[in-house]
Amino acid sequence: MSELKSTKVNWFFACAVEDVPENGGVCVKHGDDQIALFNFTRRGEWYATQNMCPHRQQMAISRGMIGSVEDEPKVACPFHKKTFSLKDGSCLSGDDYQLKTYPVKVEDGKVYIDVK
Amino acid sequence: MKKIKIVVIGNGMVGYKFCEKLLSKAKADQFELIVFGEEIRPAYDRVHLSAFFDGKTAEDLSMAGVEWYVNNGIKLHLGDPVQQIDRTKKTIHSYRGITESYDYIVLATGSAAFVPSIPGVEKDGVFVYRTIEDLEMIRDYAPKARKGAVIGGGLLGLEAAKAMLDLGITDTHVIEFAPRLMPRQIDEAGSKLLQGKLETLGLTILTNTNTLEIAGDKAITKMKFANDTSIDVDMLVISAGIKPRDEIAKLCGLEVGQRGGIVVNDQMQTTDPFIFAVGECALYKGMIYGLIAPGYEMAEVVAANLTGGKKEFLGFDMSTKLKLIGVDVASFGDPFVPANEARVIVYEDTNKGIYKRVNISKDGKELLGGILIGDAEQYNMLLQTCKNKIVLPANPEDLILGSRGGESEGGAGVTGLPDDAMICSCESVSKGDICSAVVDGAETVDKIKACTKAGTGCGGCMPMVKDLMVHTMKANGKLVRNVVCEHFAYSRQEIYDLTKMGKLQSYDEVLTAHGKGDGCEVCKPVVASILASLWNDMILKKGNDVVQDSNDRFLANIQKGGTYSVVPRVAGGEITPDKLIALGQVAKEFNLYTKITGGQRIDLFGAHVSDLPAIWKLLIDAGFESGHAYGKALRTVKSCVGSTWCRFGLHDSVSFAIEIEERYRGLRAPHKLKSGVSGCIRECAEAQSKDFGIIATEKGWNLYVCGNGGSKPQHAHLIATDIDSATLIKYLDRFLMFYIKTADPLTRTATWLNKMEGGIDYLKNVILNDSLGIAADLEKEMQSLVDAYKCEWKEVVDNPELQKRFNHFVNAPTEKDPTIQFVEMRDQKKVADWK
Repeated sequence: MSELKSTKVNWFFACAVEDVPENGGVCVKHGDDQIALFNFTRRGEWYATQNMCPHRQQMAISRGMIGSVEDEPKVACPFHKKTFSLKDGSCLSGDDYQLKTYPVKVEDGKVYIDVK
Repeated sequence: MKKIKIVVIGNGMVGYKFCEKLLSKAKADQFELIVFGEEIRPAYDRVHLSAFFDGKTAEDLSMAGVEWYVNNGIKLHLGDPVQQIDRTKKTIHSYRGITESYDYIVLATGSAAFVPSIPGVEKDGVFVYRTIEDLEMIRDYAPKARKGAVIGGGLLGLEAAKAMLDLGITDTHVIEFAPRLMPRQIDEAGSKLLQGKLETLGLTILTNTNTLEIAGDKAITKMKFANDTSIDVDMLVISAGIKPRDEIAKLCGLEVGQRGGIVVNDQMQTTDPFIFAVGECALYKGMIYGLIAPGYEMAEVVAANLTGGKKEFLGFDMSTKLKLIGVDVASFGDPFVPANEARVIVYEDTNKGIYKRVNISKDGKELLGGILIGDAEQYNMLLQTCKNKIVLPANPEDLILGSRGGESEGGAGVTGLPDDAMICSCESVSKGDICSAVVDGAETVDKIKACTKAGTGCGGCMPMVKDLMVHTMKANGKLVRNVVCEHFAYSRQEIYDLTKMGKLQSYDEVLTAHGKGDGCEVCKPVVASILASLWNDMILKKGNDVVQDSNDRFLANIQKGGTYSVVPRVAGGEITPDKLIALGQVAKEFNLYTKITGGQRIDLFGAHVSDLPAIWKLLIDAGFESGHAYGKALRTVKSCVGSTWCRFGLHDSVSFAIEIEERYRGLRAPHKLKSGVSGCIRECAEAQSKDFGIIATEKGWNLYVCGNGGSKPQHAHLIATDIDSATLIKYLDRFLMFYIKTADPLTRTATWLNKMEGGIDYLKNVILNDSLGIAADLEKEMQSLVDAYKCEWKEVVDNPELQKRFNHFVNAPTEKDPTIQFVEMRDQKKVADWK
């Protein structure tokens, strides 16, 4: 715990690994915040971003389809197909939007999100 | 070597273009360039000035920032007009007191708005439409104004009128002195039609109207006209033409025209050989060229001659195409050839607001000019045909009407153009330039734009540039592949075949076997649809659930706010009172907004994702099944009431519609499918606007295919007449399966047919005469899909594992999304508007 505190992280237990569909996403409730969590099985990676799409302020990113462009992992909002990098949250479809991203870790079949 | 010193007076589009062209031709250190501009901004795109009101900023419109001038060693003085030229000492003096010597001067002073001397023009609320500052003042004044007016019904005047509408001044008059709008570009019939179109958009147009006085105390309140009428006005924009800025030329003794303009020769030299004039300030053979393309050409002539080349300005075609308040207007060549000197073909559709005129030489071989209003799609081809004197087809009316019947295209298309045909007249890029750029490796439109500059001006030539690119690549044996996305180097049809041959069952298998990378929102739903079309498995089967488009993933249609709508199947639009009551009860219980759809069904809106399984449990118990409104699948088969009740009905259209709908329900296709069955030729089910439509005849049924409503309505084609029900279903099996196997993603049947080589004759041959020998296979494949049908929602309702996915929060499954908000309207709820 002391090590965690020194790097100022705050791991929040989100759900079990099997709660998140392979190559899909779910929405995690953290207080009043909504976080989109993705299990990118094909790449063996996990990602988390804000759930709200900044384009029309819709709580929808977790229902978006994930994929890649070149090698950049991305998610497409289901409303108007704006795409965002899962790595840094930048908008890949040319608009000036930004998603907040969160670190994710998996331990003993449990998924944690760093909500500092 | 001493540098040659050039002073450019004027920093508008043409002045800028001259600098750019000179730099590209000159050797390093050959020239010293000094630019004086009157405006405070560096040159900007005046052609698209109105975009300022669509949210473009002054920076967006800029041709190049100040750093461009710095980087290219150009000394730029802004807000500092040159006031005097001393031709004997070869020096200039500026407003701010700068004196510079010169070897050459290029006058690019442009023009100013012409303001007629009407009493009262100085009042507040009266503007011109010329610079970004003018537009800023108009924008700032507009909120105070309710009634607007524009003097001038030419190009710029109508642009200004559009700006007024955009600024919320819906009551706007256009006042034109001439008897019609745009008298210089289009003929009387065209003007009349344009006027009609603009009037439907809310403009009031007064022609033959001469303004005598602009009245009001300090600000304008009224305009009085020569015919003793008047209108109340709070704001006026004057756009009655341009006046060349020739003051400085006049002052130093250069020859100017009687009505303005600096006289130039073929090299754009003024009467002083060391001074050139280009753009709207230059008067060439008695004419001011008020368009951008000839201005650029003049800049090119001067730049070429100063760098040792030899080039002459030979006059310029004034053809133009633009969108005025959403209406296409184009004129090319000589639009006004009198009827006794040419054959004139006119096509007019006052209903759709389309007017087209072409003037053809008396021997029928050459296109002399023409006018297009309401639909200018053929402009580029017509312009090239006209400019290059291409021999006309036997039926020249095909040029404006398109080829009707038969399979040949009207005209030879881009391939028929000579290499020197000017494709982009803004940047003077020929067909040859574009084709050689493609041969040299510019194989995308963006690359062509970057290396030839084609399409960087008005952009009107882009469709031709693309056609040329595809054609050149094909001619060089390069495959222009119609691939789905970066993850698959295959077309949809190829992926379909590969998936079928490999018996692949999931998206991941298909991607691993035939694609690369991790997939995306384009290829995932395409493969998902192919898998459904091939095997008709439950689409939410593990692994395939996450590749479904968002609506398919939750078996409902996502709506504003993130709630879903629910549409149970009501086959043929027939519903019992009990089922109607059941729908009402479900809607009440879950507080859903209800609306009758265009497809004779009932849509329930505003369902939380977590309520969907419970809603469907009730619906299925009441005897409903999924309506697939969320899928690229068969939607509805609309029917009229038919012979059971209607005194005109020939057959029982409802029963047949139900039979058809139940046969093809759940059928996944490249796009949605709609159908209709009408009981007689009165066609109450509108079957001829559907992907497949059926109309009863005395002897049987007529079958129509590939119709469409929507944004681009298309009449369906009749492919079989007086056939019995069994034959009709056989043909439909073949038609639908052939469509599913061969269409591109998200292509409706109408578009699929339009792209099909051989068109409807070919399709008819495949379906009716089995010209490909695949009819038996198509029927068999369809039958297996029909046999495999299951209601997706029934499977979810029966399967707790599948239901788990229908929650908003994974870690709080009982909670709904608290951000969803509803407001009330007409006794129902609606979702709060998004920002």
